[in-house]
Amino acid sequence: MTALPALAPAYPELWLALSAMALLMFGVFRGDGSTRTVSWLAVLALLIAVALVAMQPAGSVLTFGGLFVSDGFGRFAKVLILLGSAFSIILSLGYNRYERMERFEYPVLILLASTGMLMMVSANDLIALYLGLELQSLSLYVLAAFKRDSGRATEAGLKYFVLGALSSGMLLYGASMIYGFAGSTNFAQIATALNGQASIGLVVGIVFLSAGLAFKVSAVPFHMWTPDVYEGAPTPVTAFFAVAPKVAAMALFVRAILTPFGDIAHEWQQIIIVVSALSMLLGAFAAIAQTNIKRLMAYSSIGHVGYALIGLAAGTEEGVRGILIYLAIYLAMNVGTFACILCMRQKDQMVEGVSDLAGLAKTHPGMALLLAGFMFSLAGVPPLAGFFGKFYIFMSAINAGLYVLAVIGVLSSVVGAYYYLRIVKIMYFDEASEPLAKPVRGELGAVMTVTGLFTMLFFLWPAPLLNMAGAAAKALFP
Amino acid sequence: MPLLSIVTFLPLVGAAFIFLARGPEEIVARNARSVALWTTTITFLVSLLIWLNFDNTTATFQFVEKSEWIGAGINYHMGVDGISMLFVILTTFLMPFCILASWEAIEHRVKEYMIAFLVMETLMVGVFCALDLVLFYLLFEAGLIPMFLIIGIWGGKRRIYASFKFFLYTLLGSVLLLLALLYMYFTAGTTDIPSLMKTGLFSPQAQTWLWLAFFASFAVKMPMWPVHTWLPDAHVEAPTAGSVILAAVLLKMGGYGFLRFSLPMFPLASEYFAPFVFALSVIAIVYASIVALVQEDMKKLIAYSSVAHMGFVTMGIFALNTQGIEGAIFQMLSHGIISGALFLCVGVVYDRLHTREIARYGGLANNMPKYAVIFMLFTMANVGLPGTGGFVGELLTLVGAFQANTWVALIATTGVIFAAAYALYLYRRVVFGELTKADLKAMTDLSPREIAIFAPLVIMTLWMGIYPAPFFDVMAVSVKHLLDQHQTAMAAAKALATAAR
Repeated sequence: MTALPALAPAYPELWLALSAMALLMFGVFRGDGSTRTVSWLAVLALLIAVALVAMQPAGSVLTFGGLFVSDGFGRFAKVLILLGSAFSIILSLGYNRYERMERFEYPVLILLASTGMLMMVSANDLIALYLGLELQSLSLYVLAAFKRDSGRATEAGLKYFVLGALSSGMLLYGASMIYGFAGSTNFAQIATALNGQASIGLVVGIVFLSAGLAFKVSAVPFHMWTPDVYEGAPTPVTAFFAVAPKVAAMALFVRAILTPFGDIAHEWQQIIIVVSALSMLLGAFAAIAQTNIKRLMAYSSIGHVGYALIGLAAGTEEGVRGILIYLAIYLAMNVGTFACILCMRQKDQMVEGVSDLAGLAKTHPGMALLLAGFMFSLAGVPPLAGFFGKFYIFMSAINAGLYVLAVIGVLSSVVGAYYYLRIVKIMYFDEASEPLAKPVRGELGAVMTVTGLFTMLFFLWPAPLLNMAGAAAKALFP
Repeated sequence: MPLLSIVTFLPLVGAAFIFLARGPEEIVARNARSVALWTTTITFLVSLLIWLNFDNTTATFQFVEKSEWIGAGINYHMGVDGISMLFVILTTFLMPFCILASWEAIEHRVKEYMIAFLVMETLMVGVFCALDLVLFYLLFEAGLIPMFLIIGIWGGKRRIYASFKFFLYTLLGSVLLLLALLYMYFTAGTTDIPSLMKTGLFSPQAQTWLWLAFFASFAVKMPMWPVHTWLPDAHVEAPTAGSVILAAVLLKMGGYGFLRFSLPMFPLASEYFAPFVFALSVIAIVYASIVALVQEDMKKLIAYSSVAHMGFVTMGIFALNTQGIEGAIFQMLSHGIISGALFLCVGVVYDRLHTREIARYGGLANNMPKYAVIFMLFTMANVGLPGTGGFVGELLTLVGAFQANTWVALIATTGVIFAAAYALYLYRRVVFGELTKADLKAMTDLSPREIAIFAPLVIMTLWMGIYPAPFFDVMAVSVKHLLDQHQTAMAAAKALATAAR
């Protein structure tokens, strides 16, 4: 009889899984009328999980026979994921009631997806990686199609499922190649086995693994699902997609590439550079023509993933720090922006056109100010938070000698600025045709304000976040 | 006492007050105007303390403040020397006039307008005081946001086009500066400007690239030919006070940038690229002057004249001698006041007739004699008539350029003649001639508020023309230090080249 593995490093995951099941039971017995209660309880569960993550001892701990690692890097990403999920549940409260999709499964699914994401972040093995990824993905497929009476939403769910399954297949294929050529599925052991040498079969494995992961973070050329899913899925689900899974997939990407293959950077660096450059350019140019704000945000997220990938292309500790800073800031900006999008209601009808924001500065001055702040921040204009995200990403690129990539990055950020400015222009310079409904719901206003203040005032006291990200990045480079 | 921080952030306090104002729109608008006026006036008076306590005899930075900010060598570091101090005063001096000029011209969204202007003032003063590259970049770029809104919300017919062009053009220039900044941070391990000014930090090859990246940003801001095209659009569409701020302060950030960064930090590249800058400068002077000659819109004409005048500035800076640089700084200060005043002159008639088309005017000397006198003074100053501020700077930059390159000076001097042509032609068409149109006859002369705006500007223009010594006293030591450093760096590079051979 073997002893149980040490459970302490996985307490947050265990807690989330247990609370998801408990809330599921609670929901089943109380019916759909209890959705609001279940939602708030789920938020509470997520916040307790944040506390559990924060209480983990410093340093890196392995458990479950080396499948699972709890380190500073993972903890930083986990806090972001949990906060993103909690915000998403809060954002969904009003919408779900309003659109008559108030079902208690919604927060439970988000909890299960979050559990999967935490496992992804902590995966130290290709098998653990796949398990976490699938738990997350399956929950997300259901969420995308959660509004089951809507043709668009079901289409989005199906599209996401089919393409997601394809990418999982590619990832699995890559993983099997890597196992075949390196002789292990454990990240650390792969690194030891490679010893700085890569056979051609292993490189093929890395390519497939990267393709599968690029799909999950929606980087070009595996981005095609993003605009359709973002547009089709119910808006709170889109808000969730835009933040927590992005952070999780990005963190997974970083760990799955850097830990086993950190020594053979020259084999995969070009792939990441090309993917990053293409994502930035496509994100910038394709968003210009969009009229639907959710679709626009989809292209914007593709662009932002491109910037974050610069940090991975650099492959240095600074690069990882840049990615973590970027993700934290990206999370705040996106949650805030989606809170604003969820306020877009005309005459009892949700609207999604960019032009529906016309004249917002007159009808809703506070919301317009916050949304303008998010837009300038997404564009990377100082002194807003988004600038600091880009600043540290580009710093890592310059230090790693990736000058061309950095130049492509800054130039596409100028192109990107155009469509963010267009939203500001519509809000501030155009006259309102049909004003948005008032008042802004309380919880949306609160989320907007919190994230807005973070975005606008980040420059006053940036040191804590920068230091935390710096410490977290160190964990990947022992 | 942290004098510079007080001057920088005082307008922000005023903006916060206006932001919190609630109540009926009429009253909020009235309060916003007075709070803005009081704030800018007090800021100006406080900023005079900087000049009074300024030590003319040292080239080191004064009123230095330093505190921890981002960490890792990036700090909140403020200070002024003889080059930057006068720009701070110029900014704070002009702001009250901008507020006064908007008193009646801005009728809707007054609250937001005043907030935008006060935020703008903080950012502009901050740019000239910043002694940390990241801080500088932050403030330099952040200025785009309020200006974008000022042009876009309160501008003329094509305001949206102009505001986008302004924003994207300037952003495009600045992002390259950001990369250069990061490279410098990586190489030198700090973004502290005084530390970066120590020579020999960057290899000649690195200097070339860094210089070009900084040039991209400052040339757009300046603006130099051929990246000047955003300026006429932005000027024409911006409200009067916005044009004043653009012409008087924002353009000076480009010249200030050359003096603060390009020259001391990349001396070899500056020397190497000087002929290139000369070429662009003389093209700007001659081309912009000729283009100004055929403009139908008053503001556009003044905008092109700004491009030409900024050509003198870049020419003077890269002459790399005392006369050239001192002349360039002086030219920037006097142009700040003169072009600001000219835009205010246009604003006066625009407020009455709501058109800037030159052909719609004529014969204003008959019913607006006071206006005619003031407009004439600033027209003459713009031409560079001796006795006005415009003359001193132009003459010195030409003298400086003459020492560096005779041909450049020769061609640039023709710009003075063109300037006389377009400025006098504008004046003749607007002020002289028969007063035939009925709506022009109905126009009233300057109101007391308008006279109050112009009087200090007239005094400044004449003071700068007749007795400019106080200004040169302030900058002399700093400029000398800048040039000495440049000579040292050049000598060191030459010694190195000889040794290598």
